[in-house]
Amino acid sequence: MATLHVDIVSAEGEIYSGEAVRVFAPASQGDVGIAPRHAPLLTNLRPGDLRVETPEGEEKFFYVTGGVLEVQPHLVTVLADSALRGADLDEASAKAAQEAAEKAVGAAGDKKSLEHARLQLVEAAARYRAVQKLKGKKA
Amino acid sequence: MASLKEIRTKIGSVKNTQKITKAMEMVAAAKMRKTQNRMAATRPYADKIRTAIGHLFQANPEYKHPYLAHRENTSRVGYIVITTDRGLCGGLNVNEFRLLLNEIRDWTNKGVEVDLALLGSKGVQFFRNYDVNVVAAASNIGENPKVADLIGSIKIMLDAFEKGGQDGGIDRLFLLHNRFESTMSQKPAVVTLIPVEAPDADELPEHWDYLYEPEATELLTSVLERYIESQVYRGAVENVACEMAAKMVAMKSATDNAGKLIDTLQLDYNKARQAAITQEISEIVGGAAAVSE
Repeated sequence: MATLHVDIVSAEGEIYSGEAVRVFAPASQGDVGIAPRHAPLLTNLRPGDLRVETPEGEEKFFYVTGGVLEVQPHLVTVLADSALRGADLDEASAKAAQEAAEKAVGAAGDKKSLEHARLQLVEAAARYRAVQKLKGKKA
Repeated sequence: MASLKEIRTKIGSVKNTQKITKAMEMVAAAKMRKTQNRMAATRPYADKIRTAIGHLFQANPEYKHPYLAHRENTSRVGYIVITTDRGLCGGLNVNEFRLLLNEIRDWTNKGVEVDLALLGSKGVQFFRNYDVNVVAAASNIGENPKVADLIGSIKIMLDAFEKGGQDGGIDRLFLLHNRFESTMSQKPAVVTLIPVEAPDADELPEHWDYLYEPEATELLTSVLERYIESQVYRGAVENVACEMAAKMVAMKSATDNAGKLIDTLQLDYNKARQAAITQEISEIVGGAAAVSE
């Protein structure tokens, strides 16, 4: 029987890799079932269950929160998102990051120049080097 | 010379400090191994997404996505800067800031403004008092960074890119993080996120095109976004590995230094003790001589 190679990966690690006879995935425009020799397809995924049928007759379930599905005649690649996504959620986390920036940086009263920062950094680096040197001498 | 008791107390306190630095060294070593594994775990995703992008390019070479185009006039650039959350890791953050300040100066000399997105408490602390344009920040990324913690800042930068440099957005996007070269060596590095460098597509047997659901352009955007996110995520994980390696080395040298300090103090202590004994004997001898006369 013809089989497909399935790779399910997320940014945080590999989730599954193996052979399958059929794969069912929650594509953004409706569920798709993929059998070997499927036409090349590229689509977004929506949150839902991904089902893999192995040649041994086993069924494996994976929950995906979204991602991208790439199908080639004998290869299925699922690029799963590791976080729940969506326009609203992304917007919310962007807003949180912006607020954090304003809170952290805006709180400081008078801003010193970048030149000042550079000076302070040079000083810190020099101090660090001096300490390194001192350590060397003691040894 | 300090009294015997004083020296003894001092030795005790240095010994306690040494115990702490020793423990921190071992903890950092264990965590470093874990984060190195995590670094390796990001590879399959990055490889797969790179392949997918390569196929997409090959499938429609005539379409130029904005993320791939080099903009002629650059008036503002963005940097996503990944720093550690905690200190005690040697010159790791300092080296990174130095590189960043040099980059900022270079851009400013060219009349280009710089926006920063700071990920990690140390970066936020460092730029708190300075006149730089911070558009996004996230502290407490932790030792196990999550993509969810990073996407907010990335999204701000991507939105800014869409706006373009003329309208207060950015024209290019860079990522700055420490690169893990070895346990002993970590170097800050700048990676260009936008424009995305088109990965080499591996050869497909014949020319064929995908079925796209939804449209190809829309899909390419979401794939490229994820590609950029995966790069930032990898950068964050790598930075944690660097932090742990640097911390391990810093704590090892702190432990060694404490050992040396204890040796010196022990010598002082022995001298002081010997001096006290000698003094006591000469006092007894002197007293006995006085009595026998």
